[in-house]
Amino acid sequence: MSKRPWGFVVGGLLVALLLAGVVSNYASSHPDGLDSSLLRGCTVDAEGEITGGSCPAQQERDHELADSPLADYGVRGLDNDFLSTGLSGVLGVLLTFAVGGGLFWLLRRRGPQPPAADRSSGEPAADRTTRQRTAAESPADSASRAARSR
Amino acid sequence: METLAMHISNGIVNGPVAAVFAAFALAVLTLCVLRGQRDLDDRLAPMAGLVAAFIFAVQMLNFPVFTAGVSGHLLGGALAALLVGPWVGALCVAVVLVVQALVFGDGGVAMLGLNVTNMAVLGTAAAYLLIALLLRVLPRTPAGLGVTAFVSALVSVVVASQGFVLQYWLGGTTDLGGNLAGLAGTMAGVHLLIGIGEGLITATTVVTVAKVRPDLVYALRALKPAASAPVVPVAGGAR
Repeated sequence: MSKRPWGFVVGGLLVALLLAGVVSNYASSHPDGLDSSLLRGCTVDAEGEITGGSCPAQQERDHELADSPLADYGVRGLDNDFLSTGLSGVLGVLLTFAVGGGLFWLLRRRGPQPPAADRSSGEPAADRTTRQRTAAESPADSASRAARSR
Repeated sequence: METLAMHISNGIVNGPVAAVFAAFALAVLTLCVLRGQRDLDDRLAPMAGLVAAFIFAVQMLNFPVFTAGVSGHLLGGALAALLVGPWVGALCVAVVLVVQALVFGDGGVAMLGLNVTNMAVLGTAAAYLLIALLLRVLPRTPAGLGVTAFVSALVSVVVASQGFVLQYWLGGTTDLGGNLAGLAGTMAGVHLLIGIGEGLITATTVVTVAKVRPDLVYALRALKPAASAPVVPVAGGAR
């Protein structure tokens, strides 16, 4: 029987929260590879504003959701930059885990665990379909499995 | 506070080309859902959620690449492909890009198809082709896994950057005066350096996971060494 991943997932999430919540404040604020390539041909001042020349970045338009409460990886209304960046990172990690984890949990294959040997990708499609149908008919079974896995 | 944008912003590529790539990205992601469902079980699903959250976190960590005031950040395609496979991995990166565009104002919503195509589709696909090749020929040691992760991550970043060059050639909003090669060269050069950072982060992360829970590394489960019989039909000419 393979081990459950939950302990590992919780540990990994804590690492991600630490990175996004604290370490993110020490990230480089220089433009990234894409932005710097698009600025080629222009001169910029210390604030990163274009002061002259001609470059692709001049065509940039405002973001549709530029007034989102978490726009630009900060929490609107929070004046402390350190807290603002860190809190937005924490919320982003939790939101991404909720959206991604929720989506993947809904999409997952249900039914009895396949034998350890063919857990990867090589199983016949017919077999899988049958198993999915079986699972759909017994929601109680999958619910109890979910409960056990905690 | 200054704007922190990491992905293609609105206005850089014209609307029609962005729409074509949105349709392309949607089609590929649908395929990824169909194929990914075969991989997604009770163990992989939570792991994939973690991979998406981890990529979001590490993308915030821009690292300096050289003295000229340029930074880079993880894209995550190779990391996702190694840990949860190519289909689910592409979906992980796409989830991150959607959250960033819709909640963090990073990467225009109208440009989402371009960003998904480059980073989720091209980056993950290029990475997995190399992973499938290298893991069959290199020894199953931490060093072999580390080299696989480093090389596939580095190449995937350069490939993703050239995806943007293609899009800019098709629908860029500034006339480069025929100097598309200049943009291609600049993008490739910068992203080669960023790719070194991506490679180091990816290798460190995957080797660490493989030490703690080798059963949670998709690539080690799915890809058998060259010696054993069944060859997964991914990178055609692997031995």
